Amino acid sequence: MAEELLKLQNIYKNFGNVKVLKDVNIKINKGEVVALIGDNGAGKSTLIKVITGVHSPNSGKVFFKEKEVQIKSVAQSRKMGIEAVYQERALCDQQELYRNIFAGREITNSFGFLDIKKQRKEAEKILRDYIGFTSKAITVDSHVMGLSGGEKQGVAFGRSLYFNSDLIVLDEPTMGLSIQETEKVLNFVKGLKNENKSAIFIDHNIIHVYGAADRFIILDRGEVVGEFNKEDITREELVQKMIQLHESGKIKVEE
Amino acid sequence: MNNLLNSYFVKTHKLEISITIIAVVLFLIYFLGAPHVFTRFPIYRAFMQSMPFFGIIAISATFVVTLGEIDLSFPSIVGITSLIFGIIMTSTDGNFFIAFILATSLGMFAGLINGLLVTKIGIPSIVATIGTLFFWRGLVNVISQGSGIAIVDVADGTWHHMIFVEKLFGKIPMQFIWFIVLTGLMQWVYRYHKFGNHIHFVGDNKASAQMMGINVDNVKIIAFVQLGFFSALAGIFTMYEMLYFWPTQGEGLMLTTLAAVFVGGTSVFGGKGTIFGTFIGVLIIGSLESGIVALGLSGFYVKFINGLMITVAVTVYALIQRRKN
Repeated sequence: MAEELLKLQNIYKNFGNVKVLKDVNIKINKGEVVALIGDNGAGKSTLIKVITGVHSPNSGKVFFKEKEVQIKSVAQSRKMGIEAVYQERALCDQQELYRNIFAGREITNSFGFLDIKKQRKEAEKILRDYIGFTSKAITVDSHVMGLSGGEKQGVAFGRSLYFNSDLIVLDEPTMGLSIQETEKVLNFVKGLKNENKSAIFIDHNIIHVYGAADRFIILDRGEVVGEFNKEDITREELVQKMIQLHESGKIKVEE
Repeated sequence: MNNLLNSYFVKTHKLEISITIIAVVLFLIYFLGAPHVFTRFPIYRAFMQSMPFFGIIAISATFVVTLGEIDLSFPSIVGITSLIFGIIMTSTDGNFFIAFILATSLGMFAGLINGLLVTKIGIPSIVATIGTLFFWRGLVNVISQGSGIAIVDVADGTWHHMIFVEKLFGKIPMQFIWFIVLTGLMQWVYRYHKFGNHIHFVGDNKASAQMMGINVDNVKIIAFVQLGFFSALAGIFTMYEMLYFWPTQGEGLMLTTLAAVFVGGTSVFGGKGTIFGTFIGVLIIGSLESGIVALGLSGFYVKFINGLMITVAVTVYALIQRRKN
């Protein structure tokens, strides 16, 4: 029996009069990779922002490790063990890697001064062990500016693994990456399962999603309209479902 | 030689090395052009006496510039805090502590207003601080009614006068010692404190910093507040040196101070900067006037050469930056 990690119950979220999420119920188990799919404006980003503490839901309950929680800030969700990997956006170009990895949660003494030595040492560990960078050209003192998109994504992943989070939230992790880099990123996602970590991710590319995820949750206009396990559906069927949804979605509006 | 040029230190300190070379060349020119002046101590004493007044603010302003923001209001913050310092010193018969605490608190309050206008109201800092520049200077004029305040009776010969501006061993002006100590301290905070680290990230990319859990608004507000504090402090130093408040106090500081920051190599785009560079920038900008006159050029050249220095320096940095990209 799979152990439950995160459960969202009857989540509603409005921005003014716009109902972005309507009665969303989802569940993520330990060691499971779940893909959120759906058209633009389906509410995918809002949903993961509810999970990472960027937005608070208007109503509904959130359970994490079977306890009810209210996630009010990014810091709080991190503390609980939820780590967001935004695209390369979440790194600062002109700063060194060892500073980037620990930005916002620096290793400091009680006066707030950085323990540079320790940060560099830990960053080194992340680069070599968690990310598997072997290139001598990239060191903890490298500036993010010189890294490729995939390398940046790798750093963001390494950071989330290092902080030992249970749930990793990925917002379009393959956008703007080359084929090779995409491959790397998808391997990272698959690798999470080996560590019994869970992930939830958004990606527009069904092929990527199908390869990496165990389960697919389809969102449409703020509602969950379908949920499939990978065993129960082939890639072609999933694509067909999406096309169907696109068409039936229009029918729904006419009703 | 090639090894040296490729070493880690050189690679990571290009800006600092460039600015130091520029300063050394400049002082060599002074030295060769006017040996009768520059082989003797008094010119250096004069530098040490005058540089800290804008140097302290330049060091502090480096934090704000690294954020990608600017503060144009500090000359007026110097004005209003000096005025308050003068009023309290004379009305309390020289109670240094009250005067110091109130003047620096007012400076921080002025910084807080700048910070709130920029973060909570959302006014670009260049616009917001033009507003407060006029506001505080206007208030100085209204309160002082255009007249100065002498603090010579309550300040001269006191222990606070001694620790602020008298000469150590009869030679080194105390304000220069303070300037060095503060520069060291601020360099430490800038590179090795969480706050300095956050300054770099916010200046580099606000949205990313936010996603990494850095409180962007707070970082900006604190940066403006500390600049308010150091503006007040610079005002107090000036008061002790001159023993007099005059209503235009601080007005000449704006361009020299910001020039020192930019000549020092801190990027106007934010995210990168150097306190050491600003320090050297202060030595360059603060020595130009006397240096040029000592070289036998007329005072008319001062601004011209000042402009040349700034333009050359920022061009060099822009080129270094472009090669990097």
